[in-house]
Amino acid sequence: MTRLSSAQRHLVRFTLNGKPVQGEAEPRLLLTDFLRQTIGATGTHVGCEHGVCGACTITVDGELARACLTLAVQIDGCELRTVEGLAPAPDRLGVLQAAFRRNHALQCGFCTAGILMSLDHYLRAHPKPSEAEIRDLLSGHLCRCTGYTPIVQAALEAAAELAELSRSDHRDV
Amino acid sequence: MYEFKYHRPATVRQAANILLKNEDAKLIAGGHTLLPVMKQRLAAPPHLVDLSHVEGLDGIEIKGRSLVIGATAKHADVAASAIVGEAIPALAELASLIGDPAVRHKGTIGGSLANNDPTADYPAAVLALGATIVTNKRKLKPEEFFQGLFTTALEPDEIITKVSFPIPKKAAYIKFRNQASRYALVGVFVAKRPSDVRVTVTGAGSEGVFRVTAFEEALKKRFSPKALDGIHVDADGLNSDLHGSAEYRAHLIGVLAKRAVEAANAKPEKELPEPDPTQPSVG
Repeated sequence: MTRLSSAQRHLVRFTLNGKPVQGEAEPRLLLTDFLRQTIGATGTHVGCEHGVCGACTITVDGELARACLTLAVQIDGCELRTVEGLAPAPDRLGVLQAAFRRNHALQCGFCTAGILMSLDHYLRAHPKPSEAEIRDLLSGHLCRCTGYTPIVQAALEAAAELAELSRSDHRDV
Repeated sequence: MYEFKYHRPATVRQAANILLKNEDAKLIAGGHTLLPVMKQRLAAPPHLVDLSHVEGLDGIEIKGRSLVIGATAKHADVAASAIVGEAIPALAELASLIGDPAVRHKGTIGGSLANNDPTADYPAAVLALGATIVTNKRKLKPEEFFQGLFTTALEPDEIITKVSFPIPKKAAYIKFRNQASRYALVGVFVAKRPSDVRVTVTGAGSEGVFRVTAFEEALKKRFSPKALDGIHVDADGLNSDLHGSAEYRAHLIGVLAKRAVEAANAKPEKELPEPDPTQPSVG
């Protein structure tokens, strides 16, 4: 059984976008603050901080999770994927990201990291999504700039493009 | 958030011991209710006991005539389970309607029941199906377990380990969601069981989940939406807030109950033997 005292920092080891990382966290430190302040991965945004806005959405062991409702010490040994893991190279955008850019699916960009993570996760399992499914998925995210329409459009375009790509070869989202 | 000690037990017994030794300790599973409450400093437990690493607490299996779901089974697991889909499809449907994908991948059935939020979905299924809530100490019927707003019969060192749902002949859950929060403004679960019919309502009652006996009696005579024509639910004692008045919720209960009966009738009826009154139906 693991027992972590309250006022001390404890070592947390995990995999971030395929690379092993570690840092120290008090039990009460949230995963959002741990990622941004301790690890320095500031792509994951902190919006409402109580599980409503979806800006901090990441995947933990392949499943969507809100980093603001997760304790840093809970992810010891887990595999995390954040928005930093989406682009295939530092100077190239992934298919979904490029579709967002093309469609003006972001304005201030605050919600974008979380929305990209949700859509990336969904499109991997559902290569032919309907508009209704995309809109249902987006119910876990708040965007105050776009009115969602360009986001839905970008998601559908990315899905079509990915389907096309998977016919010719297998490439990452 | 105030500081706390974090415990990650490997067994239910270890978890119960921590609870026994520390009166103010709190259990955490998905954490989607507890952590926001702690952030708002509405709760400041000095100990958190994380159940997510307890082995064997998240199983889903058929035992006899019941579907047994482990306390830390996540909503997404229940929604996607072929076993649940075959035994009680209405329950898989209910789980698929909770919150959004991130919530469903973290939230657990045990956590939902122990919290007993008056707008949560699972309590409606538990009461309608006459499920048994199994803890590390005893077995509880829903009538004993649910004790009003955010209140249950659970003792401070008691931990839900599984929930056993007797398989109904037919069932359906229809939920009218709050568009923003995805909680049930009103949710109605209808179950045609071997011995009776049950209709339960979540989201509307000021004391949490409740049964609508007038609907149950009418449906027992004839399991059809038409059987509910002309029967009205009284708005007294129902929630009233900016999302909907008590009268609106009362109206929704009638509408959703009819839709639930219709949805249940659209599924094939399960052949179940008549219950044997000498045998307890739950394991």
